[in-house]
Amino acid sequence: MTATTVSHNKAERGSGHASPRGSRRRPGLPDGNARAGFGRRLRRDLQAHAFMIGAVLCFGFFSWYPMVREVIMSFQKTKRGETTWVGWKNLETVWNDPGFWPAWRNTMQFTLYALVIGFAVPFVIAIVLNEFRHAQAYLRILVYLPVMLPPVAGVLLFKYFYNPEYGLFNHILHFLHLPEQAWLDSSSTAMISVVIAATWMSAGGATLIYLAALQNVPGELYEAADLDGAGLLSKIWHITIPQTRPVLSLMLLLQIVATMQEFTNVYLLTGGAGPENSTGTVVYMVYQYAFRYDSFGSASALGLIMLVVLGGFSGLYARLSRDSD
Amino acid sequence: MAANQPQQRTLISAAALNRPRGKFIYWTVLSLTVVVFTLVFLGPLYWMVSGGFKSAQEVLQNPPTLFPKDPKPGTYKTAWSQLKIARLLFNTMYYAFGALAFQLVFDVAAAYAISKLRPVLGNLILGMMLATLMIPAAVLIVPQYLTVLDLPLLHINLIGTPWAIWLPTVANGFNIFLLKRFFDSIPEDLMSAAAIDGASPLRTLWSIVLPMSRPILGVVSIFAVVNVWKDFLWPMLVQPDTDKQPINIGINSLSQGVPQNVLIAALAISALPTIAIFLLFQRNIMSGLTAGSLKG
Repeated sequence: MTATTVSHNKAERGSGHASPRGSRRRPGLPDGNARAGFGRRLRRDLQAHAFMIGAVLCFGFFSWYPMVREVIMSFQKTKRGETTWVGWKNLETVWNDPGFWPAWRNTMQFTLYALVIGFAVPFVIAIVLNEFRHAQAYLRILVYLPVMLPPVAGVLLFKYFYNPEYGLFNHILHFLHLPEQAWLDSSSTAMISVVIAATWMSAGGATLIYLAALQNVPGELYEAADLDGAGLLSKIWHITIPQTRPVLSLMLLLQIVATMQEFTNVYLLTGGAGPENSTGTVVYMVYQYAFRYDSFGSASALGLIMLVVLGGFSGLYARLSRDSD
Repeated sequence: MAANQPQQRTLISAAALNRPRGKFIYWTVLSLTVVVFTLVFLGPLYWMVSGGFKSAQEVLQNPPTLFPKDPKPGTYKTAWSQLKIARLLFNTMYYAFGALAFQLVFDVAAAYAISKLRPVLGNLILGMMLATLMIPAAVLIVPQYLTVLDLPLLHINLIGTPWAIWLPTVANGFNIFLLKRFFDSIPEDLMSAAAIDGASPLRTLWSIVLPMSRPILGVVSIFAVVNVWKDFLWPMLVQPDTDKQPINIGINSLSQGVPQNVLIAALAISALPTIAIFLLFQRNIMSGLTAGSLKG
């Protein structure tokens, strides 16, 4: 951000005028032409609004209006075309649904596993890759290949690997004399299996971002640490992690917000609910309410609860991204 | 990055690597990593491609075979026709590039107007657009679906039309954020000079701003295409007809009752286009993605 834009914003906020005047020159208004006349400014404004109209309409129809509607629908019930206000009833219905807590438990489980595997592993991979003076390009491309697959290809491929009878994974376990697993067919292993598949497909993106961050760590810091006789782990702990902290915390939040909205992987791998409802996430529950039971009120109420929970994380994220600017 | 640039100093010093013990450890870790990565990331893809050549029984046999006993390219032909892959791939491209075109036209024009023309209420509109970044996409699925089902004021049903996929992608706060920030960095003097020469705002955008904005337009384009390519729930809801579905939903809905080897062949074909594009343009794509994710 340049100083001029800052002052311009301040001026705009401070003055009661609709259009900024003074320090900042506007295009088409060369100096000495400050009294450009009301009509001309109006024309310029109309032109500018014509530029914005397409995006504004799309935001209006598909973002702003649905947001308002989401809140309104949470307090309404629609039956046979008749809409009535029901107050907090939808929220009560959702809250008392026997599937409510399991859905949150499954979602939190997915998020937690995904963070343990999908947040730490790419960072370790990136640190290791960053040390290599050979084959780095090849390894980068490898890590990123699964990200390029259409999700359905990656997911259905893993479904085939997970098959307890003829799947590749049990064959490998058998070969290594380890106990074979039921993978997606058992409530104790279904969720972790989903997370492994999801992480395999998305780890490449995070790895590349961490690599870029690691390459911005000044080498002098490491040299200074060497002179102090610091060990490898101590260098990682005292230099690498603090230097990449802004990126790490941002990625952590992005991952939390993204994984809390998990739907695709569980839907494709276990049909959604999974064995003994061990993989049904909150978004899957929203989907069930709206498109299985035609209960848009309950679906919206659950969406509203999600918005409040995730809004906390998003607010934090916005703050962080503002600070890192 | 040029290959002959001096290596940047990282965790381990060059001196430590040049000692015999350092060399030994370095090469051991490097070879292990290369082997493990190849197995983990390339292995499944190999299994997918080779699985497409196996017979229906061979795909399901235990223990599995590393190489197809009797390769049958015919499976790929069957998959191509049975799962309408050409159709699904075409649909996906159609949606992806349509979404890209609308985003480039509408979002660029809006970001340009907010950044350079600064109309009345411009900052308010910008704030409202950026506020949408706070709203998780999944939360809006239900009201968005109802909106597309019956567009307010116009009362048009967009379900089953490409508009249902194209237009919502324009409402992307992240695009506006990236574009506006880039346009803000274009010097005001250039704009004034163009205005003095009598160029209209549109002409200025076309001849001055856009040619300077290639990097950011590249980032926006990659994200636009990748988002359509990855999306699942939304296209599943708004495209009930298998003839109009993008690849993710189409393969999943057509996979019922298809033999496993045909399905695997279909997956391999569906993965091919993007993998090929990625290998061709990997340098640009990778730099674009990291640039976009690390603060524009």
